[in-house]
Amino acid sequence: METKFKIQDLNLFYGDFQALHNITLDLYENKVTALIGPSGCGKSTFLRTLNRMNDLIDNVKITGKILLDGRKDIYEKMDVIGLRTRVGMVFQKPNPFPMSIYDNVAYGPRCQGLKDKKKLDEIVEEALRGAALWDEVKDKLNKSGMSLSGGQQQRLCIARAIAMAPEVILMDEPTSALDPIATQKVEQLMGKLKEKYTIIIVTHSMQQAARISDKTAFFLMGEVIEFGDTDKIFTNPDKKETEDYITGRFG
Amino acid sequence: MDVEIKLTKKRAFSEKLFHALFLSAGLFAVICVTAIIILIFTRGSRPFMPGNEYGTYHFFNFLTGTFWRPAFGEYGVGYMIIASLFATFGAMLLGVPIGILTAVFIAEVAPSWLAKIMQPTVELLAAIPSVLYGVFGFAVIVPMINNFTPNPTGYSLMAVILVLTIMVLPSIVAISVTSLRAVPTHYKEGSLALGASHIQTIFKVLIPGAKSGILTAVVLGVGRAIGETMAVILVAGNPESGVPTSIFDPVRLLTTNIVLEQGYATGLQAQMLFATVIVLFTFILAINLTLSKIRKKAVRI
Repeated sequence: METKFKIQDLNLFYGDFQALHNITLDLYENKVTALIGPSGCGKSTFLRTLNRMNDLIDNVKITGKILLDGRKDIYEKMDVIGLRTRVGMVFQKPNPFPMSIYDNVAYGPRCQGLKDKKKLDEIVEEALRGAALWDEVKDKLNKSGMSLSGGQQQRLCIARAIAMAPEVILMDEPTSALDPIATQKVEQLMGKLKEKYTIIIVTHSMQQAARISDKTAFFLMGEVIEFGDTDKIFTNPDKKETEDYITGRFG
Repeated sequence: MDVEIKLTKKRAFSEKLFHALFLSAGLFAVICVTAIIILIFTRGSRPFMPGNEYGTYHFFNFLTGTFWRPAFGEYGVGYMIIASLFATFGAMLLGVPIGILTAVFIAEVAPSWLAKIMQPTVELLAAIPSVLYGVFGFAVIVPMINNFTPNPTGYSLMAVILVLTIMVLPSIVAISVTSLRAVPTHYKEGSLALGASHIQTIFKVLIPGAKSGILTAVVLGVGRAIGETMAVILVAGNPESGVPTSIFDPVRLLTTNIVLEQGYATGLQAQMLFATVIVLFTFILAINLTLSKIRKKAVRI
């Protein structure tokens, strides 16, 4: 198993408040890693350190190292735009731009300066196919992305992310705003996506984590309490807190 | 029991009383607007009616005339309409880009301490009485134009445009900042997460997202520019004739025409000034209709 992200002694502060404590973790290539834990445990904050989304917030201080491919420090050795073209993100609430389906998917490549119409057409089709959305939208690529249903919008956002041919896709509770059928579709998609991409997903649903992930990290109060194979975490966890959370004693 | 009934009655009375109060307060504004419209249109249309006591003037000649010479009985506002439109258009041409870029700077680019200083500063511009802008234009802008104008003086369309540009900035900036900040954060995050730069995010997502607010700001700016009087009267030159053919030409605007003569005008001249108000009012009405159309559209999105 290749390491995609190597995280060493990561601490994150919002002003005086420390949101992440000494996180040391390896995230593996072509695996689905689930981050679970109660609200406010720092799992989303952690996810957002991986593509430097926290840069947007004033007053954030980060110490420690996050190495991409086990060697490049993403905070010191990489420019943030380059990082984000390699590490895509799908958000909790489907957030297609108020523009056509085509333009949504072509947005990222265009921002990198790609203008060739034929190449863009190819990328858009491939990305929409990759997100299992092509058959539903191929006749209405010029319709607004906002006109799609919630589940379709989320798959459009996934298509938009994979149009950049990233190596990693971060997902921040991607199904929490979707109905069960749309959720099922997105989950099936994730199983397919991990062949090509490394997926790191924050989820509130332990069932979802158990269904789709290979590795699971359990967060509590800004610390990683336990990290390991999903099967092991859910059937035979080492730590008492993990077991209490998994069995629904708190959270 | 008795006490309760008494209380209910008292409450019912005060409910009615306040309803009546609200209604009359609301009516006051409506009555004022109606009265103004009636006044303008009855007085202003009189010179074009047959059998007017001071003689009938042809409406077409009024609208297209290029001479305003009461001494000769000539009342043409055509050249003022053109001047007003040019001045407004020019002020928008300069003011809209400056205003939007300033708004983007305040809402997105500036560090928060600087934004906190800049925004109230720009908004303070709106609180300055318009005559002060006129004095500024008179004392600074006109002499400046004197230096390079081919005409004898710097009183000109250019001076008007520059003064109006400064005056439309605060409303354009304030409304644009608000609407830029109202664009949901998840659009911005979505764009940045796709590897777009900050500038790309601003132009491709934030400004389009704030479009309806920015349009509202522009239309309000147009309204302010076309209706402005005291500031421009001091820098326009206010000639009795002449369609402006260059930016250095002096101009007379619809608004300044009214102010210049209303104080002493009598007879046909006074009526013609009211007719000028009709023209101005029609423009303002059109602007307001556009504005409410934009607002409705914005609500639908």
